[in-house]
Order: sequence, then structure tokens, then C-alpha cells
Amino acid sequence: MIRSEILKEIAPILRDQLVVCNIGIPSQELHAIDDQPTNFYMLGTMGLASSIGLGLALAQPKPVVVIDGDGSVLTNLGTLPTIGNNCPDNYILMIIDNGSYGSTGDQPTYTGMKTDLAGMARAAGCETVIEVQDVDTGPALQAALDSGKGTVMVVKCDSGNAKMPVITMDPVVIRDRFMKAVAS
Amino acid sequence: MSIHTRIVDDLIANDIRFMTTVPCKQLAGVIEEIDNRPEIRHVPANKEDEGMGLCAGAHLGGQRSAIIMQNTALGVTINTLATLIQFYRMPLPMLISYRGEIGEPVACQVEMAVHTKALLAQLHIPTYHFHRRSDVEELDGILKYCFMASKPVAILTDATFWKGELA
Repeated sequence: MIRSEILKEIAPILRDQLVVCNIGIPSQELHAIDDQPTNFYMLGTMGLASSIGLGLALAQPKPVVVIDGDGSVLTNLGTLPTIGNNCPDNYILMIIDNGSYGSTGDQPTYTGMKTDLAGMARAAGCETVIEVQDVDTGPALQAALDSGKGTVMVVKCDSGNAKMPVITMDPVVIRDRFMKAVAS
Repeated sequence: MSIHTRIVDDLIANDIRFMTTVPCKQLAGVIEEIDNRPEIRHVPANKEDEGMGLCAGAHLGGQRSAIIMQNTALGVTINTLATLIQFYRMPLPMLISYRGEIGEPVACQVEMAVHTKALLAQLHIPTYHFHRRSDVEELDGILKYCFMASKPVAILTDATFWKGELA
């Protein structure tokens, strides 16, 4: 499966959660598949989805699901120790690990070579780290939400992108409707 | 009252409840004071752009947040300031140690000091320079201004300010 197929499958689970979605094609795919006010789309700032999601989870009690990518986690590796040492129970970091920089032409990342993101998360102090195959993502995400424990999921899948339109929504509108959804 | 207590009192009085820091020798006292205050959740960051992401998330969650950092790190935060904090129009008080100014013992710190105000001006970030101890009187007003405007605001605090001379 490629990322967009996973997102289609888990859209019914995501719909009821606060979602922080990674820059580029992941946000475009989620926006096209199931736009919700509870989705915070990153339009720029590669690497910070996990940090934004962590700040959000620490600041309020609702569950937060971060949809991140292997390339973006690699560019902000300092996030893993911060998560490992501060992880609240309402935080789920789902790293869609397709071993490539999808938004820039599918150039390979190191996670498709020797680098093991789940091992790095564990070494950084993250207590609940699970590796999941693409086909098992939905049940694994639901189980992580039901467990009430902060979780890092590394979802192994194929490289590839669906062709979706660029998000043209104003960032202040994205932020405003998201904050209203958080507060509701 | 110590300058550190005074600063943290103002942060708390302005409802800041989430802070992230990357340390600097000049900021050690204020960071220690933050850790003494149960009103503020302190999440140390490994890099300043990561810290700004944490602050943005706390803001989305309805909490006022702020970052403490050194001016030498301004370079690594330019993209985050432009494409996250400014693009989504979020408030972010930045309490910054202004290394490389008068009294600086380390020559390399001067190399970023000479760019600090120019970079902030290029980003159109309202910038205040605390040099005399009495400049702290402006902090409360600056914080209110920051949240009123929903913009990042920089407070540069130099060595003279922290030494408490020229009061």
C-alpha cells in the first residue's frame, strides 16, 4: 500500500480525532480524502508536525494523532528525545515510513537503508513504540487510541503518491477552524 | 526581588503556561526560576525550531506559550518563523539572550550578534533591546502587545542588562 491508500482506510478513525498532518503531499492527500476542521494541515515548515502535535497534546486533554513521515522525522530528530521524556497519554505519533521523500520526487531516505526509526524512538526514551505493516494500520491505530497510552507507530509502506490538488485554504482559516474544533 | 523572579512573574501574569527553552549562560537564572513555578509547564527543546513547533502546538491547544533562546540560533528558526508562526498568524514571545554585545568574552558570538537585529528587521518582527536593568519595566507591555497583535515578538537581553548595571 502507498500512503494515500492507508489514509483512505483510516479516515473514519481520524475523523473523530485532532490530527496534525505533515507538510506537502500527505496534507494534500488527507485534505482531498476527508477534509475536517479537526485536521491541522502543515503548509510549510518541514519536520515540525511531531513537535506541534506534542505541544497540542500537552496543552489540552483530547487525543492527538500526528501523521508524520520518515523524511520529516529525520529532519527533526531532536523531537524523539523530547517526545520520549514528555510524552502524554493523549499523543500518537504515526510515522508513515515509505523510505522516501514523497513530496520531492520519491528520493530515498535512510530509513529505506540501514536506519531504524522505531529503534531510534526507543533509544530516545519513547516507551510504547510499535512497528506496523501498512495493511494493519487501521486496527493498530484504533488499538493505540483505545490503550490511552502515548504511542509512536512506525508504519512501513510502499513509496508513492496520489495526485491531489494543492491546498489553497488560507492558513489563518485552517488555524482558526482547528482551534475552534479543539475548544468545542 | 531578583530579575529572574520579576521576568517570570510577568510571564505568569500574562497567562503564559507553556514554555520551551534552549539554554544560554545568560538565561540560566530565568530558566531555573521557570522550573520553580508550577504555573508553567517547561518543555526543554533540542533545537529552537523544534521549540517553536512545540509553542505553536500549545497555542493551538489554547495555551499561551513562549520560547527562551539565544540569538545565535535565530538562523535556524527563520523558516519556522516565516512559514509557521507568521503564516498561520500566531503570537510568540521570544526572550532572547543577546550574546556578542558589550562585555562578550567569546569572539564567535559577535558574528551572529551583528546579524541579529537585521534578521529580525527583515522578518518584520517587533524587536525590543533590554540594555539597562530598568528596561524590564517594559516586559509586561511587550507581552500584552504580542498577544494583541498575534505576532512573534523578540526581546533581546544583553550582558549589561543581566549584570544589572546602568540601572
